[in-house]
Amino acid sequence: MSDGPDAPHRRTEFLQRSVYRRRRLLDGLRVLPLLGLMLFLLPAVLLAGGPGTTAIRLIYFFITWAGLILVCALLVRRLSDADEDR
Amino acid sequence: MVTFNLLVSVALLYVVGLFGVAFYADRAARRGGSKWVRSPWTYTLSLSVYCTAWTFYGAVGNAARSGLEYLTIYLGPTLVFLGFWVLLRRLVRIGRAERITSIADLISSRYGKSTALAIIVTCLAVTGTTPYIALQLQSVTLSFAAFVPDGQVVDLNATALWVAAGLAIFTILFGTRNLDSNERHHGVVMAIAIEAVVKLVALLALGIFVVWGVSDGLGDMLLRIESSPVADWQPDAGRWIGMAFLSAAAVICLPRMFQVLVVENSDERHLRVAAWAFPLYLMLISLFVLPIAVVGLALLPAGSNPDLFVLSIPLALEQDALAMLAFLGGFSSATSMVIVASIALATMVSNHIILPLWLSLQGPRATMSGDVRDVMILSRRASIAVVLALGYTYFRITGGTAALSSIGLVSFAGVAQVVPALLGALYWRGATRKGAIAGVCTGFLIWCYTLFLPAIGVMGTDVMETGLFGVGQLRPQALFGLAGLDPLVHSIFWSMALNSCLFILVSLLTFPSPLERLQGAAFVNAFERSGDDQAIARGVADTEDLLVMAQRLLGAREAQELFQSAAEEQGKSGYLPEPTPKFVARLERELAGSVGAATAHAMVRQIDGNASVSVEDLLAVADESAQMLEYSSQLEAKSQELEQTARQLRDANEKLTALSIQKDAFLSQVSHELRTPMTSIRSFSEFLMEGGMSSENRARYSRIIHDESLRLTRLLDDLLDLSVLESGQVVLNEQSAVLGELMGRALAFAGTDALEVSLEGDAQEMSLSTDTDRLSQVFINLVSNAQKYCDAETPKLRIIMRERSGQFEIDFLDNGSGVPLAQQSIIFEKFARLTDQTSAGSAGLGLAICREIMSRLGGSITYLPDFPGGAFRVSLPRNSLKRAA
Repeated sequence: MSDGPDAPHRRTEFLQRSVYRRRRLLDGLRVLPLLGLMLFLLPAVLLAGGPGTTAIRLIYFFITWAGLILVCALLVRRLSDADEDR
Repeated sequence: MVTFNLLVSVALLYVVGLFGVAFYADRAARRGGSKWVRSPWTYTLSLSVYCTAWTFYGAVGNAARSGLEYLTIYLGPTLVFLGFWVLLRRLVRIGRAERITSIADLISSRYGKSTALAIIVTCLAVTGTTPYIALQLQSVTLSFAAFVPDGQVVDLNATALWVAAGLAIFTILFGTRNLDSNERHHGVVMAIAIEAVVKLVALLALGIFVVWGVSDGLGDMLLRIESSPVADWQPDAGRWIGMAFLSAAAVICLPRMFQVLVVENSDERHLRVAAWAFPLYLMLISLFVLPIAVVGLALLPAGSNPDLFVLSIPLALEQDALAMLAFLGGFSSATSMVIVASIALATMVSNHIILPLWLSLQGPRATMSGDVRDVMILSRRASIAVVLALGYTYFRITGGTAALSSIGLVSFAGVAQVVPALLGALYWRGATRKGAIAGVCTGFLIWCYTLFLPAIGVMGTDVMETGLFGVGQLRPQALFGLAGLDPLVHSIFWSMALNSCLFILVSLLTFPSPLERLQGAAFVNAFERSGDDQAIARGVADTEDLLVMAQRLLGAREAQELFQSAAEEQGKSGYLPEPTPKFVARLERELAGSVGAATAHAMVRQIDGNASVSVEDLLAVADESAQMLEYSSQLEAKSQELEQTARQLRDANEKLTALSIQKDAFLSQVSHELRTPMTSIRSFSEFLMEGGMSSENRARYSRIIHDESLRLTRLLDDLLDLSVLESGQVVLNEQSAVLGELMGRALAFAGTDALEVSLEGDAQEMSLSTDTDRLSQVFINLVSNAQKYCDAETPKLRIIMRERSGQFEIDFLDNGSGVPLAQQSIIFEKFARLTDQTSAGSAGLGLAICREIMSRLGGSITYLPDFPGGAFRVSLPRNSLKRAA
């Protein structure tokens, strides 16, 4: 870390950026259940008796399920990294 | 073929293993915790208590009956955990901060520590959970029965009884071992985590066997699904949403889930792992459910119980090891649920029902904390036994009937009635106790009427078909004419709608108590206190911090001794013991001795990091401070009093010392005064005895002796007079006299040959009422003093008599040189004769006697320093004696 005259400025900028990133990560975590709600509930409502077979639906649910879990794990990982950096 | 005895042996061995794990984890936790006991993975796995035997066996049965619908049971919780940042984090933070012990405690605590709410929620939980426990017992007995060869008879009831008894022993052993203030049971949690692994491994192993062993991989499996009867199922939007909602609510509100999720949480950061790992667990456990159901339907003879496919498939294919594993998985699911549920229920029942009852029966005697502790443990144990006995009884009554299979969702719907009050508690400051009670009670009643009672089969068919009292609008499954809905959806709709409406409406109309408002603010603003969610509470108190605080409060040496002895007890060297609950409690007690119990608790908890200070803590601290303030102000008053007394004593001592000096001086004066005339009397009497002298001399000597003895007598008279006056034994005779006349008599007595006396003033004709003899004695004294000491060539004495507002002032002014300034202050003292110039006949007691007389008469005599000559003023009230008395 430099002790030059402009060091505090750079430092502040760096901090703000990390705080900003952290906030967006939290936004993601807040939106995630809503996304899950849509992905899990809407097909059941819209597609009742509609296209798709049980096997296809099964695949759909497990793929979205795994996807959501992966996104959540990544977000949490990033969040923990961001917290450690602070 | 697995024999029944082998099965029982394996099950027993498994249970012994669990005992060992629980024992080890408990011990490790007491020693400060091993890596595993406090790991986020253990926490995540313990959450799998959500997956009971009902989901382990029942999910496959559900899939066989209604296709993908079983997924909703796992999708709901997945959504809740994916959104952990919004709800669970807040719940866990509050749970830790407020030292919440159960869902009932949380609701009651938020709504002003309402006992009524706690009891309502406890009843709701017991009502919903008891059939669920019965369901677990049933599934275990059925799974045992599945291994029994045809023709052999096994007493299922006895099996259930043994299982229930074994679970009761396990739960009592590890669930009530110690009354940890934060209600954590490391042993139990560890055992449940192990069981979670067993469950998962069992289902995955069976699934892999079914997909790659029975079928030819994934593609074949999908084809099999398409051609299976399960493919006929079409999603019903109402049930889909309703069940997802119920399972989402249940994962928070079920007593056992709340226990592992909030109460057993030892670190808030564990949620970050559980947020994705628990959905992953759910996904894995449900991954092969549909394939297993499809294979079961195809493989097993028609009419086989789909709820037991998990066991009957490997048994039919003679996969003994797999069957054993599946059995252990189901056994694990059932036992873990029963253990945690009975701990959670026992906590509620004993904390919110038994203990308050016991305390109110005991009255004010129950203040010994050890007393309450024993009762608490006892009531916990009794509650666990009662809960299991209830479950067993329920199983005996309804066992084997279809009534149990639907109880899982019914139970979910029951606890979901807490959701509006819970969400209100966490996010809405305006939620009130009355609103919560109204909402929960309404929901509870509607749930009972529309779902619970019909499900357990106690509702008569006439009521089901024509409504209560024959009122069609009250048909349990078509309330207010809302017919045609799935009974579950119907019940959820009405109970949740009316519950929420009443909760919000009553909350809006009522006014919360101060405690409610404080708690409401504390709950809703749970994250504002630390301001930074980085400040995650540590699980363990920092011993060094504790030592620093203890040193400050107890004194360095005492604190170090305390810590050292605790460290020795724990078998550690050095002076820093492990901050075990026992040690922290002991420290708290020690501190309580110096700062008061509430303050000590608050301080230790602050460092402990487990909890912030609750309102009640603060109130208790305020009480203590008030008591201390009062105490210290009493002390202050006492010390002031003491100081005053000391000052008085000091004054008295000074006075006594002065008096003693005065007395010594007085005695020496008296002896001197007596010695002088005695000496002359002795010497002149010696002359006379010698004889041979002229008669003229003899007469002169005799006169001197006579004069001296007169003087001696006078002196003794004066002394006597003074002592009588000073001791207060003088008797005063009140008489009336005209002042002028009194003065005249005094002048006549004193003899004023050498003095020119003039009487002035307007008070000469006035009469006064006092001891006139004594007063004239003063006058005589003053006149004769003037006569004796006035050093003018023609001595003159002016006597001015005045009366001012009821007060006589008689001034004696002579034209001599007066009393020198330095001696004016001592002239009224005894033997204060100034010079010996004309001392004959005077012992220096005159003015002292005058002062004493005047003070007895209620007046005073003063020297007037501003006059050129000697000037004395006698002041006397008109009715002197009355005032003086």
